[in-house]
Amino acid sequence: MSTLLEVSGVSVSFDGFKAINNLSFQIGTQELRAVIGPNGAGKTTFMDIITGKTRPDEGRISYGEKGLSLLSMSESRIAQAGIGRKFQRPTVFEDQSVADNLMMALRKARGPLSVLMFRPTAADHGRIAELAGEIGLSRKLHSKSGELSHGQKQWLEIGMLLAQEPRLLLVDEPAAGMTPAEREHTTDILREAARTRAVVVVEHDMEFVRRLGCKVTVLHEGSVLAEGSIDHVTQNERVIDVYLGR
Amino acid sequence: MSETSLTGSHTRTPLALRFPSVLIFLAVLGLFTLGVTILSEGFGIGVISTSFVKTLGKTLCLCLVALAMDLVWGYCGILSLGHMAFFGLGGYAIGMWLMYERTRLIVVDSLVASELPPTAQEISDGIATQIFGVVGASEFPPVWAFAHSLPIQLAFVVLIPGLFALIFGWLAFRSRVTGVYLSILTQAMTLALSLYLFQNDSGLRGNNGLSGLQNLPSLDAVPQATVSLWFFWGSAFALGAGYLLCAWIVSGKFGSVIRAIRDDEARVRFLGYPVDAFKLFIFTLTAVIAGIAGALYYPQAGIINPTEIAPIASIYLAVWVAIGGRGRLYGAVIGAAFVSLLSTWFTGGQAPDINLGFYTIQWVNWWTVLLGLSFVAVTLFAPKGLGGLVDLIVDRTSPNRHGADLGPDPGALREKEAEK
Ligand SMILES: Nc1ncnc2c1ncn2[C@@H]1O[C@H](COP(=O)(O)OP(=O)(O)O)[C@@H](O)[C@H]1O
Ligand SMILES: [Mg+2]
Repeated sequence: MSTLLEVSGVSVSFDGFKAINNLSFQIGTQELRAVIGPNGAGKTTFMDIITGKTRPDEGRISYGEKGLSLLSMSESRIAQAGIGRKFQRPTVFEDQSVADNLMMALRKARGPLSVLMFRPTAADHGRIAELAGEIGLSRKLHSKSGELSHGQKQWLEIGMLLAQEPRLLLVDEPAAGMTPAEREHTTDILREAARTRAVVVVEHDMEFVRRLGCKVTVLHEGSVLAEGSIDHVTQNERVIDVYLGR
Repeated sequence: MSETSLTGSHTRTPLALRFPSVLIFLAVLGLFTLGVTILSEGFGIGVISTSFVKTLGKTLCLCLVALAMDLVWGYCGILSLGHMAFFGLGGYAIGMWLMYERTRLIVVDSLVASELPPTAQEISDGIATQIFGVVGASEFPPVWAFAHSLPIQLAFVVLIPGLFALIFGWLAFRSRVTGVYLSILTQAMTLALSLYLFQNDSGLRGNNGLSGLQNLPSLDAVPQATVSLWFFWGSAFALGAGYLLCAWIVSGKFGSVIRAIRDDEARVRFLGYPVDAFKLFIFTLTAVIAGIAGALYYPQAGIINPTEIAPIASIYLAVWVAIGGRGRLYGAVIGAAFVSLLSTWFTGGQAPDINLGFYTIQWVNWWTVLLGLSFVAVTLFAPKGLGGLVDLIVDRTSPNRHGADLGPDPGALREKEAEK
């Protein structure tokens, strides 16, 4: 399996505080990876760096077959290159319908003029109906997304991610605020998505991570503490000390 | 799949049917135009005076610039407090030709009597002395290089505000200046422009501005009653076309994206949209619309001077849109029409003063206070503005904002607060 994303020796500090410290990370083209770590470990910041929201002080990030350096690209260019992101707090456009949210996310030309001239085809509407089915929002397609429950918003955001057809999917705490049944459904969606692309899931909940059944990276104080199967990392002394033991 | 076919049919429905408000608006505008024409002195029974026709025509232009303001602020979330500068620039562009051409005809006329036929230089000097005498100059400043050409000055009506907005917007959006800082920056731009124009050596006659714009060159024989209607029709047409254009822009995916930018700009970036390019597009387009509105307004006003570009004018524009209800096109039109006509009434001395015994409220002075209070009241208690009244009739469903409404800030911001 070839490597899709390689992060090497990345550091970033906020006012002298090192949130990410010489972090290295790799993920393959079709891989599911869980990232765990205590609050403040730098998980969200890690995603901020990959998606271009935060510029690191040092380090390299290379992406794709051609080894594109993400550090010189804008957020929108990075997203266009195929990196999709789900935020910790669900952020959908509440003033607009579920269908409009999905339509915006659908993988199409993103420039102002192409968007202005864009008229959805029957195939586009079909794709949106299909996505809505996958995320269980078929009956809410024409409701404003502000009217959805917290869990439904989480799903809508996942649906928007899938609509983008990214090669790398970064998902920050997807199961927060979900019922056990919803969590299970989310695991299925993520596992399914990882069959054709790379997926990085940040999660607190051990049970959830266990169900994902994938390689786990443990972050602590901005660097990788341990990496391996869930059983491997949960037996790691240092992991127990800083995270599980508390 | 039934839902697919349902949404699929949306694409084939014409804009006017998908948005009945567009159809209603155009019908109302058409009837209004017809009504005014029938009641006018120029073409009808003469119930409405020519000066009032001009007031109404000017109001239509203000509605058009309010539409632009709604697009840039209400839909895209950019609170520009500088769009009246673009309006003024459009006015100056057309005003230069009107003033040049009319003066040229007068000068040529006066030189006909001389024994030798006047040289081109004599004519040019004559015009320059006429126009720039008030600022103590007798030569044409470089900005007047094309003032003799109507097509070029007409092109300037769109090019100058457009280029100005393009450069300003590119600098501002590229540096990610947003929110209050952007508003302040646009105010600074407006202030700088008006201060520059106030100078006598700006080449645009300093605080005298351009005047006599109501007189169309070589059409002296046509009475103002007729000319006023020409401009009234032109303004009505421009407003109708502008409304259609804006409705088309905000109706599709483009409208979705700019509303999303208004609500959560960062999130739109992570969807892969070049947010800065979208903002720049809207900022520039609305500046062009404002320029066109200004070019139609000032020939009806007859005079343009730098006061018109003062920062306060752009703030008033934002107030109209807020009172009318931003984020809906007819709201902007209602706000601009209602407030500007009311303002004309109050400041024109027609409103009866209120004698309180110990104090007399003179509306000429107190109108601004009343307007300010209404603005505060609308912002606090009716953020949907006058346009929100329409919701009471058609029961438009609004999103669950957890009790918080769109408010004076971008929606998403209030949303976050509401959630806490
Ligand atoms: N923009 C920022 N400015 C200052 N400090 C920040 C910023 N973003 C994150 N941090 C700090 O960096 C650390 C890591 O944060 P974060 O990545 O959000 O942790 P996690 O998602 O693992 O809980 C925290 O201590 C946080 O306070
Ligand atoms: Mg986090």
